[in-house]
Amino acid sequence: MSGPAGGGRAGSVLALVGNISARSLRVWQRNRDVYFVTWKTNLVPPLLEPILYLLAFGAGIGALVSEVQYRGEMIGYTTFIAPGLLATQVMFQAFFETTYNTFVRMYYQRTFDSIMTTPLTLEDVMAGELLWGASKGVIGCAVMMVALSAFGLLRYPHALVIIPFSFLAGLLFAGLGLCFTGIVPQIDSFNFPTFLFVMPMFLFSGTFFPLDVLPRWAQVLAEALPLTHVANLMREAALGRLPADLLRDLLYLAVATIPLCVAGIHLMRRRLVK
Amino acid sequence: MSPVIEARALTKRYGGLAAVDGVEFSIRAGECFGFLGPNGAGKTTTVRMIYCASPVTAGDLRVFGIEVGDRPREIKARIGVCQQEDTLDPDFSVRKNLTVFARYFGIPAARAEERSRELLEFMGLWERKDARIRELSGGMKRRLAIARALINDPDLLILDEPTTGLDPQSRHQVWDRVRGLRRQGKTILLTTHYMDEAQTLCDRLVIMDHGKILVEGPPVDLVRSRVGKEVVEVEGYPPGLVQHARQSGWTFESDTGRLFIYTDSGEAVFTVIAHQFPSERCTVRTAGLEDLFLKLTGRELRE
Ligand SMILES: Nc1ncnc2c1ncn2[C@@H]1O[C@H](COP(=O)(O)OP(=O)(O)OP(=O)(O)O)[C@@H](O)[C@H]1O
Ligand SMILES: [Mg+2]
Repeated sequence: MSGPAGGGRAGSVLALVGNISARSLRVWQRNRDVYFVTWKTNLVPPLLEPILYLLAFGAGIGALVSEVQYRGEMIGYTTFIAPGLLATQVMFQAFFETTYNTFVRMYYQRTFDSIMTTPLTLEDVMAGELLWGASKGVIGCAVMMVALSAFGLLRYPHALVIIPFSFLAGLLFAGLGLCFTGIVPQIDSFNFPTFLFVMPMFLFSGTFFPLDVLPRWAQVLAEALPLTHVANLMREAALGRLPADLLRDLLYLAVATIPLCVAGIHLMRRRLVK
Repeated sequence: MSPVIEARALTKRYGGLAAVDGVEFSIRAGECFGFLGPNGAGKTTTVRMIYCASPVTAGDLRVFGIEVGDRPREIKARIGVCQQEDTLDPDFSVRKNLTVFARYFGIPAARAEERSRELLEFMGLWERKDARIRELSGGMKRRLAIARALINDPDLLILDEPTTGLDPQSRHQVWDRVRGLRRQGKTILLTTHYMDEAQTLCDRLVIMDHGKILVEGPPVDLVRSRVGKEVVEVEGYPPGLVQHARQSGWTFESDTGRLFIYTDSGEAVFTVIAHQFPSERCTVRTAGLEDLFLKLTGRELRE
């Protein structure tokens, strides 16, 4: 394959995007087929996880704080954290898919080497990986929604919007994950982004407590984290309202997702095409 | 007819290393063409450029008349590749490996099933169709990899060291299938470091070393013209024999314990040696590709 044509950065981004075709869905299908070989075990964690969290936080912490103030309104603590759990679920599913799992396919199973001998381009393969990572986010989120709905923590029909939100959020975290897969020397290196990015986001994105209890500087920092915006979107939808200022969060996700995905594909090309 | 593959001054550099160094070759439709060379010769690097996985550093490489950088999808749709390492999908069964691969080529599901069955039968794997990859022996994996490379009924089949690590039975089985494919008229590109494999399968071959092509031609002709008809091998030779060989104008080579004399009249040379140096162990045999290979690439150990 020829490298991206001249014309600087814009030219190479265009060349990269131009190399993506509908054939990337074949890679998505391959990963889906593998997933469904063991679908029963795959569905257990997102189904049980929220129940554990709700027990720990609801019965445990909830006994100390039964209600929290959120956007000027008192809501039950479990009602508050339920959408936070959905947001973190999407992040974990998508990020771990395009880091650990993609790395295994790339390095240990040489799956991409074999696919590259077919009419698919490297960009097709990576786009398929990203779509699959996002789909894992959707699946995990949807399964968790079933469990949370059983506790009456989601208000329908508004809560259904969470599904498309989870796809967009999944794509963002899949893109972020792919960037790391493009640069890590070995699989253990994923510990760094996991503990430097993912775990802080998990805890400090308005998932388990409202951000306005934090000092101002920490709030500004939290606003910069993508998971904060995902949690905002999901919480409003779960509470049965969709205010106009959600557009800000949506815009953030859309604007962050595209460069992350492009950068992820670019870094994988740099790593794999030698 | 225009060649299936044509390379002109083809070069691939990794940093300062020229892994492929200005090679020229052309492969015709319907022939089995071999790349023979020791470890690190540049065989895999060459074929990776052919199936568009590795960008060309310099020179010109056309496959089916298409410049490899131009329309890789089109080229790859018509090629089947069996890679040197095992790249079978451990997450799937034998049969599913083929049907999933068929999807990458856009082959409809029903056709893919049919084709998978044909290929598994052809490769003697139909009984194992539901087995997991890790349950297969090395020979079975190789045959499955070849079956997978044939899923799109390619115009060009690339086999990168198809029998490395296999036992003699499995090698013969693979050879048998490759011959079958050659009879069907497939163009085949094969890399190997086995002389017998190259000799028995290839219509023409090149011997490669350090990124360069040393010789090119049909195996029998190459041996004939570069080595001669026969080789007289003398074990534990005395210095006097070397002296004698030099005086007689023989073409010869030696390693630590043996002297090799390349000749068209082995019988005559043998008689002379038996007569003048009677105590030595001396044999005459037909010259083969191995003699040519060692003559060209040297006898010392690699890497
Ligand atoms: N990605 C790479 N980066 C740097 N050097 C490489 C790379 N791939 C191959 N090489 C080098 O290029 C040279 C040719 O390697 P290649 O794999 O083509 O040899 P080969 O003939 O296939 O050998 P073998 O019989 O061992 O498979 C070797 O010196 C190898 O170390
Ligand atoms: Mg090789």
